[in-house]
Amino acid sequence: MGAIDNAADVLAAAETGEGGFWEDAYPVIPHPGELIVGIISFAILYFLYKKYVVPRLEAMLAERQRTIEGGIERAEAMQAEAKASLEQYRAQLAEARNEAAQIRDQARAEGQQILEEMRAQAQEESARIVARGGEQIAAARQQVINELRGQIGALAVDLAGRVVGESLADDARRNGTVDRFLDQLDGMSGSSAVPVPEGTR
Amino acid sequence: MTTVVSAAEEFVPPSAPDFWQPLVGEGAFAITRSMIVMVLVTIGLAVVMMLVTRRLAVVPGRGQFRLEGVYGLVRNSIGRDIIGTDHFRPYVPLLFTLFTLILLNNLMGIIPPVQFPTMSRIGFPLALALGVYVVYLVAGVRRRGLGGFLKNLVPSGLPFWVVPVVFVLELVTFLVTRPVTLTLRLFGNMFAGHILLLLFALGGEYLLLNGEGLLKLVSIPAFLMFILFSAFEILIAFLQAYVFILLASVYIAEVYADDH
Repeated sequence: MGAIDNAADVLAAAETGEGGFWEDAYPVIPHPGELIVGIISFAILYFLYKKYVVPRLEAMLAERQRTIEGGIERAEAMQAEAKASLEQYRAQLAEARNEAAQIRDQARAEGQQILEEMRAQAQEESARIVARGGEQIAAARQQVINELRGQIGALAVDLAGRVVGESLADDARRNGTVDRFLDQLDGMSGSSAVPVPEGTR
Repeated sequence: MTTVVSAAEEFVPPSAPDFWQPLVGEGAFAITRSMIVMVLVTIGLAVVMMLVTRRLAVVPGRGQFRLEGVYGLVRNSIGRDIIGTDHFRPYVPLLFTLFTLILLNNLMGIIPPVQFPTMSRIGFPLALALGVYVVYLVAGVRRRGLGGFLKNLVPSGLPFWVVPVVFVLELVTFLVTRPVTLTLRLFGNMFAGHILLLLFALGGEYLLLNGEGLLKLVSIPAFLMFILFSAFEILIAFLQAYVFILLASVYIAEVYADDH
């Protein structure tokens, strides 16, 4: 193929005296066709690069720059937020602890108070029960005394009547006599002296 | 390759005519192999770049991550660090175009089945250097005006009789030396690199086919060297693309340098 081309070149050179020039020309002499193709190729590629390729790349680089800066900003903001949350959380925790301690103290105090109150109440109750018992005893005693007084009076009068043989029932003085006797009995029981009934026994 | 076919008896080393490979037509406007490679590379780059950048994510996928790696190298390590933070943005498309186009075209020198470095045909590096040339001239004139631009070529504080000499030298540097060196550096590296690869490949082949006796075995180191230099060419491909935009950035940065 090359040989055939070469032969054709040689033929052409022989005919026109021109075809062999480029084959034997110094390699530093630019071939016009190649120069033109070079310029056109370069121009087309340059146009495409200037119009599309480089602006696209630059836009992407700018956006990347923005994204990175935005990311850093966002990260900083998030860190600040996290820090604030931590502070808040700590404050809340401390507050909660405080509150818990307070509640515990209060509960303890309240419990103490309740205990005191209950003790006081119980004491009061017991005092009241004791007092009522005392009262009841006193009342019963009074009742017994009163009953006894009546009976003793009647018995004494009856006995005395039997002994003396006279009925004193209607006597106006008998009451005074019995009462005096009983008073004397009272006085005797109080001083526990030698019981000396005034002859009425 | 013509030399191989005709080298049945005598070894013909690879030379400049091996790079002239017209496919359709002939003469000054023949469609050559390197043109096809250039067009394919351009289309490939355009398609890949448009597809990958169509949906860019803040969190990149694998394809986007690689693209961003290359873009970051061009944009930050070269554009921003050399031209300066204030002025580099309008030049990023230019630098990125140059870098990807040169790198991929250079890599085509070793990627089968293409295996032809486009930049070994001087028309292509010249086209790219002209692009840089126009950009830095326009930027310079736009920033200082034509008078200011010309005046700025000469550093202040020189003796008056030196000024014309320096002016001419600087003007030649600005208008001729820079674009020419930019072109020749890239062209020369790719041309020479490819010649070297051709030499090892064709030499190894010649020894294997035409060598006598043990001489055939010498083709083994030749092929090993071919593989080694192919790997080396990857480094060169990257390095030349890098150097090209590095110098382009330096030239542009000079426009914004306040003192000479």
